[in-house]
Amino acid sequence: MTRPEPILSVHNLSIHFGGLKAISELDFTIQAGAIHAIIGPNGAGKTTLFNLVTGVYAPTSGSVSFNGVPVTGKKPHELAALGMSRTFQNLQIFFNMSALDNVMVGRHLHLNRALIPALLRFPALARKDREARAHCRELMALVGCGAYLDAEASAMPYGALKRLEIARALAAKPKLLLLDEPAAGLNTTESREIDAVIQKVAEQGVTVVLVEHDMKMVMGISNHILVLDYGRKLTEGAPAEIAAHPEVIAAYLGAEAA
Amino acid sequence: MRRLFASRLAGLAVLAVILIILPLVAPNTFYLDILILCGFNAIAAVGLNLLIGFAGQISLGHAGFFGLGAYGSAILTSTYGWPALGAMLISAAAVGALALVIARPILKLKGHYLAMATLGVGIIISIVLETEVWLTGGPDGFILAEDFSVLGFVLAGEESWYWVVAGLLLFTIWAAQNIVDSPLGRALRAVHGAEVGAAVAGVDTARVKALIFVVSAVIASLVGSLFAHYAGFITPEKAGFFKSIELVTMVVFGGMASTFGAVLGAVTLTALPQALTIFEDFEHMIIGAILMGTMIFMPRGLAPTLNSLLIKRRGE
Repeated sequence: MTRPEPILSVHNLSIHFGGLKAISELDFTIQAGAIHAIIGPNGAGKTTLFNLVTGVYAPTSGSVSFNGVPVTGKKPHELAALGMSRTFQNLQIFFNMSALDNVMVGRHLHLNRALIPALLRFPALARKDREARAHCRELMALVGCGAYLDAEASAMPYGALKRLEIARALAAKPKLLLLDEPAAGLNTTESREIDAVIQKVAEQGVTVVLVEHDMKMVMGISNHILVLDYGRKLTEGAPAEIAAHPEVIAAYLGAEAA
Repeated sequence: MRRLFASRLAGLAVLAVILIILPLVAPNTFYLDILILCGFNAIAAVGLNLLIGFAGQISLGHAGFFGLGAYGSAILTSTYGWPALGAMLISAAAVGALALVIARPILKLKGHYLAMATLGVGIIISIVLETEVWLTGGPDGFILAEDFSVLGFVLAGEESWYWVVAGLLLFTIWAAQNIVDSPLGRALRAVHGAEVGAAVAGVDTARVKALIFVVSAVIASLVGSLFAHYAGFITPEKAGFFKSIELVTMVVFGGMASTFGAVLGAVTLTALPQALTIFEDFEHMIIGAILMGTMIFMPRGLAPTLNSLLIKRRGE
């Protein structure tokens, strides 16, 4: 077996907000395939890193490559077109739409987005919309939102919305899926269900990177862990190495236990 | 019955029946005239609703685009002898180009700033129409020399106009609903709901906002052209600030993100001042009161509020 190419490589990445160095000279690569986790204490810069990688923020310096293509400074929708999808710690749900339409927006890049075919409802566009709708219903069932197929997003509970965002991200058929705290605010059962979904997605060949506080989940499902502290890389490695790493215990696990 | 309301084509069919019956019960051309004006405003409001109700962007300058369409048609046909259809399409294309040029910088703004910027655009247009007297006739208005005609067919008289406007209204509603229920329309609603979420899902948010701004401006321009030919006389007032506010009020009162709501709002706000002619001097105050009352008592607008009342009653 050949060693997989890195799907994401981050080189010397920094972003400063005024005097605050949220991410500082960060270097790491994510190999294609498998499940990767990014952990670190609150304020370590995990979500900021996601925002940099997905183009929501522009970095102060450094570069990001996706599948070997430099993508620094590209807009979020351009990165989405290259195969990058994500969810949010604080939900980015379209509360003015139905649950199914939320997922359909995730399908946006695979459908005809032009004005005239939409205005006159060309049969090809209507047919592809119907097919996409059927597919999105399947995705909702896959992530455990099967009970909300006909619901308005505004009528759904928090846990279901978290999963709805995963379905929306999957609808784009991503190569790289970034999940920002997928288990936050979920109870144990729901959290285990999300676990299973993430594993199912990874088995289909999607590279998953997750930011998570639920250490049990992180240790259980990830193949590789990157630890951040104060915007810098503390260490990285397999879950067992990370759990035994004295600095990690001091910075994160130890701090939490104290 | 609820299913009937939910289905797009059923809604159109009901409206079509109403539009066919209305002229039969209208006692004279005065009422037909009001219905035609309702139709013009309804078409403009349905277009503006795509921008305000669905994409969540405000425009306080749409009467400016209406005015440009009206004056473009008036000047090109009456002063320069252009055919009516050509004048209308060229005016719409010019308005579309203008809207495109100002859309990118303007739509980067949000909330109050966007409102102020579109307000400014509208005011500039109405000032130009008022002061370029050699071209527009200035505050005294502009009289159109000829009726609207296409290939020798002359559109004249309330009755012919009624059927044309009714047909255009049905087409506009159909097209607007098609847009809303398309990938583009979902992108618009997503921009309204959560802009960052839309962007990472692959929506080019700047493009879709600019596109729908242009579409709604072009619709306003086309309505303006037709109105100019129908009325035969236009004034810069039609492009002014109060007309813009009126259009926004139609959308907000009828129900944002509801296409039939926009129609309902347009009809109400066009017919009401006619019914209350004794209050003529207070027209703007009444419109202001309606806008305030809507925001306070039914922020979702008339149509969505009535709809959920209906569903609630049925559920009991």
